[in-house]
Amino acid sequence: MSLGKTEVEYISRLTQIEVQEDAVEGVAQKLSNILELFAQMEAADTQDILPMAHPLDAVQRLRADVVTEIDQHEKLQAIAPAAAEAHYLVPQVIE
Amino acid sequence: MSWEVVIGLEIHAQLTTKSKIFSGASTAYGAAPNSQACPIDIGMPGMLPVLNQAVIGKSILLGLALDAEIGKRSVFDRKNYFYPDLPKGYQTTQFEFPIVGQGKMEIELEDGTKKIIGVTRAHLEEDAGKSVHGLVPGQTGVDLNRAGTPLLEIVSDPDMSSAKEAVAYAKKMHELVQYLGICDGNMQEGSFRVDSNVSVRRPGEPLGTRAELKNINSFRFIEKAIEIEIERQIELIESGGTVVQETRLYDADNDTTRSMRTKEDANDYRYFPCPDLLPVIITDEDIEAVRATMPELPDAKRARFVSEFGLSDYDAAVLTSSRAMAEFFEQLVTLTDAKDIKLCANWMTSGFSAALNRDGLSVEKSPVSAKGLAGMIVRILDNSISGKIAKQVFDAMWKGEGTADEIIEAKGLKQITDTGAIEALVDEVLANNPSQVEAYKAGQTKMLGYFVGQIMKASGGQANPGQVNQMLVAKLK
Repeated sequence: MSLGKTEVEYISRLTQIEVQEDAVEGVAQKLSNILELFAQMEAADTQDILPMAHPLDAVQRLRADVVTEIDQHEKLQAIAPAAAEAHYLVPQVIE
Repeated sequence: MSWEVVIGLEIHAQLTTKSKIFSGASTAYGAAPNSQACPIDIGMPGMLPVLNQAVIGKSILLGLALDAEIGKRSVFDRKNYFYPDLPKGYQTTQFEFPIVGQGKMEIELEDGTKKIIGVTRAHLEEDAGKSVHGLVPGQTGVDLNRAGTPLLEIVSDPDMSSAKEAVAYAKKMHELVQYLGICDGNMQEGSFRVDSNVSVRRPGEPLGTRAELKNINSFRFIEKAIEIEIERQIELIESGGTVVQETRLYDADNDTTRSMRTKEDANDYRYFPCPDLLPVIITDEDIEAVRATMPELPDAKRARFVSEFGLSDYDAAVLTSSRAMAEFFEQLVTLTDAKDIKLCANWMTSGFSAALNRDGLSVEKSPVSAKGLAGMIVRILDNSISGKIAKQVFDAMWKGEGTADEIIEAKGLKQITDTGAIEALVDEVLANNPSQVEAYKAGQTKMLGYFVGQIMKASGGQANPGQVNQMLVAKLK
């Protein structure tokens, strides 16, 4: 499967990653190569194989339901690009 | 030609934990902005989420109550999308291997018909933060206190075919999660959120395109919104249009739904297993340990109230409408030695419930405890007060004026059962109403009610009505 200009522009919009006009062709080629690898992997028989959830053969450890964190919003907001009245600020979003 | 309605619900139940699903930050409602959002919740680099063990037991409990398969190996995935209230750029949720698999729930409609609704699955996930508008002109404020709050998303099969069925299912689930103690059910605070997927089709045809109704925080509005949406879709199709897949908001003021966002880009969430979290393994022993803590469920309780206490189906339904209500009632019965269960039920379903409704209180917040109400019922049973005086005593108890005994004492409300005192009252009233006595003797027996009324009035409501009646009949012979 190979990707063209239209697909790359669509993916660019979905991922919110800007792709320069002159780079589109190169990106399309790279993505097509990756998809080619997937196509090769498709050939493997995965019937009855449980999808791997994690490369480590280990089990999730659990935490007791206890509050251990303190309020650090001033410290955390000191490194935020913008904050006001204890809120993080972002460009206006209206639905 | 007729239309068939297909409705499926997605219910987000916030689990009653002290801390978040992946961090030790508090989940308490109403805290100052961002005071409960720790580095894990706000997605700082290098942070490692660790799963809260409480959410596992609560999920298993729901699974068992829905007669569902429990996912013995459940996996957390990342659902990727961009929004300012989602600081990590993904929501940690479950996709292919949820903690609760296919289950079912029986609902009962107003006309008594029953229907089984399938529950596709229930999966664990974290909530997002909250956007605040108008804080700074041209910018949006973000409060991340809610980010990382544990949610159980309960997804139904598209088995409901009317707004009434959808609401019956949602209400029953609401009741269930509260009985199980896994969610406080507070819809105003967003602890229990219902999203409805609504579509219409001609009988026998494939499913129509669905619209999703979101952010509706009362059952009444859910029902209205679904009805309006069904009408809108039918009118649209009949006038030659097509339904588009989108999220719609219900506008209660205008009783309409309007488009919130069109899923024109058919959002690809690029789910993949979260590399920060390992699979969760649940053993049979874990499941049995949770089963041992299973409380009596609403349906079983209702049936028992009818069989054990001899209550009507209606009373049993009202008294089991919440676990707190049912527990209050059972305490009341025990504290009054089950001498008059019907009287206890009547007080709960009338005076007590009316007072709660009037003041907008839940049973838990009632100013009168089960012990307090029992103290008053005991006084009705031993004839210290009449049912009428009891209302006065109850109102005073509600206002915090003391126990039933204290109030009866302080206000001098003790019923007059002394035969001599009652006889004096009867004689007085009969002597003052000679023409009515004549009328009674001439056959107008309904005059008896008039005399009783006069005597009760003369006694300030404190004469024992039974004794008054008895004595009157004897004297008028």
